[in-house]
Amino acid sequence: MPGLSEPTQDMSNNIPSEAVTEPKLLKGADMVVEVLRREQVDVIFGYPGGAVLPLYDALYQCGIRHVLTRHEQGAIHAAEGYARVTGRPGVVIATSGPGATNLVTGLADAMLDSIPIVAITGQVAKSVIGTDAFQETSIIGISTPITKHNYQIRHASEIPKVFKEAFHIANSGRKGPVLIDIPKDVAGEVAPFTYEDPPQLPGYQPTVAPHHLQIRKVMSGLAEAKRPVILAGAGVLHAQASEQLLAFAERYRIPVVHTLLGLGGFPANHELFLGMGGMHGSAAANKALYETDFLINLGARFDDRLTGKLDHFAPNATIVHVDIDPAEIGKNIPTDIPVVGDVGEALNMMLSVAVDKPDCSGWVEELLAVKAEFPFWFVQEGELIKPQRLIAEIARITDGEAVVVTDVGQHQMWAAQFYPFRAPDKWVTSGGLGTMGFGLPAAIGAHFGKPDALTVAIVGDAGFQMTLQELAVIGEMQLPVKIVIVNNGALGMVRQWQELFHGERYSSSLLEWQPDFLLLARAYGIPAMKIVSDAELSGQLEAFLAAPGPGLLECIVEPRENVYPMVAPGTGIHQMVGVKP
Amino acid sequence: MSPVLSVLVHNKPGVLHRITALFMRKGFNIQSLTVGITESPDVSRMTLVMSEMDEAALEQVMKQLHKQIDVLKVTDLTEEPMVARELVLIQVNSPVQQRSIIHALIEPFRANIIDVARDTVTIQVTGDTNKVEALIALLRPYGIRELARTGLTALPRDSVLGSDARRVSEGQVLPI
Repeated sequence: MPGLSEPTQDMSNNIPSEAVTEPKLLKGADMVVEVLRREQVDVIFGYPGGAVLPLYDALYQCGIRHVLTRHEQGAIHAAEGYARVTGRPGVVIATSGPGATNLVTGLADAMLDSIPIVAITGQVAKSVIGTDAFQETSIIGISTPITKHNYQIRHASEIPKVFKEAFHIANSGRKGPVLIDIPKDVAGEVAPFTYEDPPQLPGYQPTVAPHHLQIRKVMSGLAEAKRPVILAGAGVLHAQASEQLLAFAERYRIPVVHTLLGLGGFPANHELFLGMGGMHGSAAANKALYETDFLINLGARFDDRLTGKLDHFAPNATIVHVDIDPAEIGKNIPTDIPVVGDVGEALNMMLSVAVDKPDCSGWVEELLAVKAEFPFWFVQEGELIKPQRLIAEIARITDGEAVVVTDVGQHQMWAAQFYPFRAPDKWVTSGGLGTMGFGLPAAIGAHFGKPDALTVAIVGDAGFQMTLQELAVIGEMQLPVKIVIVNNGALGMVRQWQELFHGERYSSSLLEWQPDFLLLARAYGIPAMKIVSDAELSGQLEAFLAAPGPGLLECIVEPRENVYPMVAPGTGIHQMVGVKP
Repeated sequence: MSPVLSVLVHNKPGVLHRITALFMRKGFNIQSLTVGITESPDVSRMTLVMSEMDEAALEQVMKQLHKQIDVLKVTDLTEEPMVARELVLIQVNSPVQQRSIIHALIEPFRANIIDVARDTVTIQVTGDTNKVEALIALLRPYGIRELARTGLTALPRDSVLGSDARRVSEGQVLPI
């Protein structure tokens, strides 16, 4: 059979190679390995255990790289990082029970951010399912609300069909995580293997090509618009539609606002780029979203962190919403012109229809003036390092070309504000779920996805401590991942909200005791350094980023720095505070 | 009026859980839910009666149901010509001297007595919601001991839609 390499272990059935017309008989575990090969999976993140022993036996020396993370949560975040920078499904394996439940946070994260993941979990043998057997848990029941779909395999003969469907579902339509639960005995069952049939999914037919009448409505609406703006979300990245977005925005001179997750879809150094919108977005972006009369949403889901109070979001605009998931259209914001389909296909069609260029130069000039007058800002004073300047310096030294992975919190917002992403797929962050602990393992996965790029993990001192066991992977394999700890001695965003909204009562948010991060890194075989003053920032950072191999830089920053501008919860995006010093 | 949805789903384990988990996750409330196999053994029909909701919320319910990979078809029957019935079993106090009154009372409803005990009878009635609720209200003064309702199940009216037309449209959705 083509593509099937020499088995590495005894097969219970050996079919002579002449018998090509008969499907080869394979054990369940070998089928899984064969399927992963056919899907061109080059790396798996996982952690073995009792129920996946047969699967790990089949993986042994099978030629597919397996990265042993030190916790299953690390494995799934790594798979997410890999998927985000490659556009291909990340594959993760965990055992039954605690192995499977440790995936839960990552599944929920991937579900909210539409990251394609195929998660394989072991399960106790079919004969003891439901008996509270050792390490038994109903991961199907647990994961149903946080996966795009899930499967429990009841016989090895189902494996090819289920995996074919799983890879298809994970990476088509609105992408997302798919979990496959495999009872231990299934892995040993023998069945015929074929993998040629296309998936048969009558209940799953995503609309890729938008309806041309809807596109015509968009274009005739645009011709009338006086104050158009494009809101570009991660759908642009999933559709690999950056070029079309640039062409469309330039043709009609429409300003572009990005969501947090969309960053990189439109070049940040472009004249028409207004920055990120939303709670910590730019003044120009939020002004555009508030005052627009024609909002073209390309693959964003009108998340509450973007819209602020819904009454004040684009109150006078005709809303165009292009989304491959019809359920997103009209979910949060009433939509005037719904367009169901792939953002790239929609943009191609929009580019093929020529309409008279709307006269909106006054609007564009007004926004560009606001952009020039109210950039993201910080005030450099005293010797302490300002976290914003740290990010800006990383951007300068890496020339905006690094793969930037963040954790969640203040440093994440500063990275979004001050790192100018000029190209897609170089920005990995946990948006919808806001998963602290995401950054370090996701950076490992991003490195495997783009091994030739410089991967910089920008993490907070608190989130880093949630998954720091993955330092072992970086140390063991000497991965050239640069870890920058933005250390403000606090759960910074929690501290900021307590300062602003809870009367400065810093309830459990100040980390008055911390480990020695340098000793910690060195314990894992990772060179580490620390900087504490602004004077040494540029020089030390340059040396740190230029050094080969892994590295950890602890950066002591101004502990009271807050993220501004800010749209306070419950207010509209036009009610920003802190737009300038 | 409470929306009535007819949902065709794959007849396989876990599908009911997916639907109910979806409703819990999204905060949708249902009044009743019936499930049973259809003319095709691979397909089940769920009939959902939703709590009252506005149009946008109902649209979101239908879209979320559509998103489920095991959901083949979602039809809103609320405004469509449909036949809708539920079955109710009512165990009501019925000493011998009252029994003929009970008989007379249920007769116009074409309800039947399907079990008789010393002090009670069990009545079976089928019909639309208005009819069965009217009968329940009439019986209540006699003392209802126990009551079981199946919830509504429904089909679009064939005579109005045209059987050929519907078969074609379902055939496009269901290659079974």
